[in-house]
Amino acid sequence: MLNRTADSVARATPEPLARKVRGISDKGLAWLFISPTILLLLAINIFPLFWAIYLSFTNYRANRPNEVVKNLGLANYRRILGDQDIWIAMQTTAHFVFWTILLQTLIGFTLAWLIDRKFRGHAFWTTIILVPMMLSPAVVGNFWRFLYEPQIGLFAYAISFVSGIPPTDIQMLSNVSLAPWSIIIVDTWMWTPYVMLICLAGLRSIPEYIYEAAEVDRASNWRQFWSITLPMALPFIMLAVLFRGIENFKMFDMVNLLTGGGPGSTTEVASITLKRQAFESWRTGYSSAFAIILFVAVFGLANIYVKALNKVKQR
Amino acid sequence: MSLTTAHSVVAPSANAKLIAGTIIVAYALISIVPLLWIFATSFKTPPDSIAYPPKVVFQPSIEGYCNLFTTRTRQTPEYINSLGPATGFCDETVRKRNMVIAGPSNFLPRFVNSLIIAFGSTFCAVFLGTLSAYGFSRFKVPLADDLLFFILSTRMMPPIAVAIPIYLMYRELGLSDTALGMILLYTAVNVSLAVWLLKGFIDEIPREYEEAAMIDGYTRLQAFWRTVLPQATTGIAATAIFCLIFAWNEYAFAALLTSGTAQTAPPFIPTIIGEGGQDWPAVAAGTTIFLVPILVFTILLRKQLLRGITFGAVRK
Repeated sequence: MLNRTADSVARATPEPLARKVRGISDKGLAWLFISPTILLLLAINIFPLFWAIYLSFTNYRANRPNEVVKNLGLANYRRILGDQDIWIAMQTTAHFVFWTILLQTLIGFTLAWLIDRKFRGHAFWTTIILVPMMLSPAVVGNFWRFLYEPQIGLFAYAISFVSGIPPTDIQMLSNVSLAPWSIIIVDTWMWTPYVMLICLAGLRSIPEYIYEAAEVDRASNWRQFWSITLPMALPFIMLAVLFRGIENFKMFDMVNLLTGGGPGSTTEVASITLKRQAFESWRTGYSSAFAIILFVAVFGLANIYVKALNKVKQR
Repeated sequence: MSLTTAHSVVAPSANAKLIAGTIIVAYALISIVPLLWIFATSFKTPPDSIAYPPKVVFQPSIEGYCNLFTTRTRQTPEYINSLGPATGFCDETVRKRNMVIAGPSNFLPRFVNSLIIAFGSTFCAVFLGTLSAYGFSRFKVPLADDLLFFILSTRMMPPIAVAIPIYLMYRELGLSDTALGMILLYTAVNVSLAVWLLKGFIDEIPREYEEAAMIDGYTRLQAFWRTVLPQATTGIAATAIFCLIFAWNEYAFAALLTSGTAQTAPPFIPTIIGEGGQDWPAVAAGTTIFLVPILVFTILLRKQLLRGITFGAVRK
């Protein structure tokens, strides 16, 4: 497969000339090109990962580097799996991931389907809709704190204008039952365009002739949607869900800036717990164990999901 | 256009288009409001920014931008009167609030940090990414699929989980709170995106070009340099912009691993405070300056956006 022509030419020519044609051997060049990346990843990703695995078996604390490090075996892991707070954080994360993905998929797909009606100016408005997702979640999330301010904030004002609730009562960030939703709203605002864009690609990948055939068979619009549009766009929708799922499972910046996990720990998603344990309580060993558990969870779930995705694609 | 009759059967009716268009325009307008509000707030005076009801019409002022770039101290009116005439608009505005400019704020150095770290890491990631992508695209690399998946999997870890050992490692190596440390880290994170995207782009360039060049006497390396790179320019540019946007927007690593000299803008902007709380016009001004480059890039990138956000999984 590899440049067979050049290779056969090189082989057929006398030795000195062949060397000139080939230069460095392809194999050598391949490694020369790939190894810097691999080395960098080994140094910045893999070595620290192994270090974290080692630390997860110890009681090391980063703020007391001179203390004797004790090997605890699996004690950290056992404590995490029995820790009530960790389970609450996992539930908070699950709640957040579930609702953001549900909302973003529903709204994103609907928007994509509407854009695919190809009305005049659809390209321009699509670009406008896409803007929020390119911006820094931290910097924009921070500004949402201002929009959420009970009285002076635009969001609270708009809601009270529509609903009649006094604006001082709309405490999005400090009310225990509203705070999780305040994060879901910002995340949905920001990432619905992402899902929309992928769904749009899915819808556009459906060949026109299938609809034409359905039209000839007098299939109703409803029927066309359920038997053609949705099944054929499904792999794309699932891909969008995969990417959003991984991202939101890791969610840190927006939550950290909007609520910091509060009020209390009502919005404390896994990343926030991890940060509190690792960089505020300085329980480095313990939090490393938690980090490893999280990584295994994301990795495992993503792998299972990708298998399911491939099955859908093959159908 | 002989297919027009067949096509018109499936084309949405004029009514459907109108309804779809209305909903999309409405969504687009509502979703853009928070951004317009940031922009508007950056031109409000602090009292205007916290007025109730929120002010849509207001006298524009650049006080927010003044406050963003300076630090100020409160002084007695007598002291302010004893000073010479105000130099420039900012000085004048600040004095009206019984303050004097004490010096420049940290915004500019933080912004410069963002520029250095974002461009530095993008350059490294794209450089390494182009080489690896070419390697994976053109040569039989043993365990290629596993290596590619390994490169990608490095992005699945929560940033905080990565930050714990990186924090310790950087402390040992003296890389804590340095631009070099952040550039290395962002390069490592971005190189996965770069490899995946660029492999897609290079796969699309026919091998015949290089083969022809090599028959003409070029070495493999020369063929790569003279034929592949020029054709991959669009792909490389798009990849670079995606890496740049990631590094520019990144918050978690920056917040945990930098505190002073190498701090970037995203962790700095939320800390801008005035007297008695957050100085929202200044925050909005910083946010505006920070977002404008990304807006420009998003518009430039429209066509490649889909590819970039899905790691090349969806090309179209």
